[in-house]
Amino acid sequence: MDRTQLLLGLAIALFSLGLLGVIVRRNVLVMLMCMELMLNGVILSLVTFAQQTATTVGAVLVFLIFVVATAEIALAIPIVLLLVRDKHTLDLGAYNDLKG
Amino acid sequence: MLTLIVLLPLLGFVLNGVLATQLGGNRVGKNFVTVVGCGLPILSFLLAVKALLDLQAGGYVPIVETAYRWALIGRIPFEVAFYFDRLSAVMTLVVTGVGSVIHIYSVGYMAHDKSFGRFFAYLNLFLFFMLLLVLGRSMLVLFVGWEGVGLASYLLIGFWFDDLANARAGKKAFITNRIGDAGFLLGMFVLYQAFGTLNMDSINSGFAIGAAAVVPASLVGILLFIGATGKSAQIPLHVWLPDAMAGPTPVSALIHAATMVTAGVYLVARMSGVYLLAPEASAVIAIVGTATAFFAATIAIVQTDIKKVLAYSTVSQLGFMFLALGVGAYGVAIFHVVTHAFFKACLFLGAGSVIHALGGEQDVRKMGGLWKKIPLTFWTFLIATAAIAGFWPLAGFWSKDEIIWFALASERGGSPLLWAVATLTALMTAFYMFRLVWLTFFGASRMDPEVEHHVHESPLSMTGVLVVLAALSAIGGFISIPHFLEPMLPLPATHESLHHLETPLKYLAMAIAVTGVLGAWYFFGDGAKRAARVAQTFAGLHRWLSNKYYIDELYERVIGQPLVWLSDAVFLRFSDRRVIDGALNGLAALGQRSAGVLGRVQTGSLHLYAWLVLIGIVGALLWSWRHV
Repeated sequence: MDRTQLLLGLAIALFSLGLLGVIVRRNVLVMLMCMELMLNGVILSLVTFAQQTATTVGAVLVFLIFVVATAEIALAIPIVLLLVRDKHTLDLGAYNDLKG
Repeated sequence: MLTLIVLLPLLGFVLNGVLATQLGGNRVGKNFVTVVGCGLPILSFLLAVKALLDLQAGGYVPIVETAYRWALIGRIPFEVAFYFDRLSAVMTLVVTGVGSVIHIYSVGYMAHDKSFGRFFAYLNLFLFFMLLLVLGRSMLVLFVGWEGVGLASYLLIGFWFDDLANARAGKKAFITNRIGDAGFLLGMFVLYQAFGTLNMDSINSGFAIGAAAVVPASLVGILLFIGATGKSAQIPLHVWLPDAMAGPTPVSALIHAATMVTAGVYLVARMSGVYLLAPEASAVIAIVGTATAFFAATIAIVQTDIKKVLAYSTVSQLGFMFLALGVGAYGVAIFHVVTHAFFKACLFLGAGSVIHALGGEQDVRKMGGLWKKIPLTFWTFLIATAAIAGFWPLAGFWSKDEIIWFALASERGGSPLLWAVATLTALMTAFYMFRLVWLTFFGASRMDPEVEHHVHESPLSMTGVLVVLAALSAIGGFISIPHFLEPMLPLPATHESLHHLETPLKYLAMAIAVTGVLGAWYFFGDGAKRAARVAQTFAGLHRWLSNKYYIDELYERVIGQPLVWLSDAVFLRFSDRRVIDGALNGLAALGQRSAGVLGRVQTGSLHLYAWLVLIGIVGALLWSWRHV
């Protein structure tokens, strides 16, 4: 098993772990962290493919994605804070106001 | 100068309408209103006299004055142009002259009304539109005036709009006139298509030089006459005029007796070029006119409201005018317009004076014995009554006698039948008018003691006008208007074989007037006991007449109720509520129902959404893997 396959397997493992976390955990903060795991899995696969094709564009793109991810999490945390201030719980089950 | 004649009353309307009403906060007092409201019409009258002198000096070549180019469509200009010839001269003088004296009368009559300024504003507005009507060269300008006087009439009938009945009467007048206007408009369209112009002198000469092949004269004639039946209250559109008496009495005198209602007569006389080539239309006019004269007179015999009697009398006299038009005696019809303006204005204003004296009482059954208490009103009323009844040498004798003569002898459709009905109507006219005099002024008083105590003669501004109009009713017949108009509206030829009857017929007319008076005296002289007995004997007929042949009820049944049903059941309940509202409500309900079903998917559980996303992604991946 060469390095590329190993890295791709790691990426898939990270993504699946994150997805599993999003699906089974009810804590909002944990779910956010799991999403970050998924994102990092995807980024790892991107870097791996960039290495394989020997282009620098992929590596540059990774930094861009980091910046966007930082901005996104900087928005997501305050939203969670506001939600918590409203309902005093991190349990996602309480936030079903959009139920049809 | 013609422009000025027309615009002066408009100026009065603007000044009074803005300054003396609620609109401008009642800035000015009654004196200002009086000076402006009466002064400007009088000025118009003086200018009209001046214009007549100019016309005379110019050898009766029509004066044309273009005030404004309204529109240019293609190469055809539509101009607001005024046209002053013999016919418009007569009409303008009557409108401004009689209009002015009625304005002066209104100063006294309306003195205690809280809307004094508004009243004069409306009256001036009416004069403006009426002058536009009689002076307009194009039918379009005439039509603007035609609609405008309808508007002014509506406003003035409903002047005391706090009473729902008055507002309703105004509405009735307006709507009834619309029916006639539709005919008028169609006539204008036909003429415009045929001639490419609406100038009435061009249309008349166009017909005279034989352009009649382009458009059937009878069609135009009938369409225009439909317009005239609306404005001039002829069968079958006569129903609005008696109700129009809801307005203040000077309005009834000015608009619904002397001027506006004669607009239809003026229109037909003005378009005589068409009617000369339209014997069928002329026959229709003569028959409708005679029928109107007869039926209105029969109704007038039993009415008990003093103004209603006069209203039906007006309808009847208008019928006489149309009879004259129908037999081609256009000048005679205009003659009767003028004399009728004098004596009917006098009668209405006299009735107004009586009503004023009795504090608003209009029922002749509650009058009687007034002649000693309000002598000036009585004498002027008597002169005007004698004039309308056709006593020699008063104004009505000359004009009515000529109408009856031409109804018999004209070669343009005169016939013994028309003559017989017209003569019978003349007899009834004398009878119902003197019945009115007897019930109002003679016999024992039937007033409430309270009312009787307050009876007083009207102020000088009212009685002075009565005297002027009574004098005109007396001598107006000596102004030979048919002769004056003859170069323009030639009188029809008469059957040679009937000429020996002309003088005997004049004596017959006198005899008829005397018979009418004696009949009125016989039936109503003795406290109306004989009349009451006759009414009891013919109770059915009396009821039939008192209810005006149930024509209002008939229209209500045949036209009103089906229209209401159609509007309610078809337009409102089916079309509006079911189709339009139903379609929109149905769409909304569909949206609501589908949202109810689809809304169940939105469980609010983020985990479920994530699962669904996962399944979706996996499904999409599988699909693309199988298909790519």
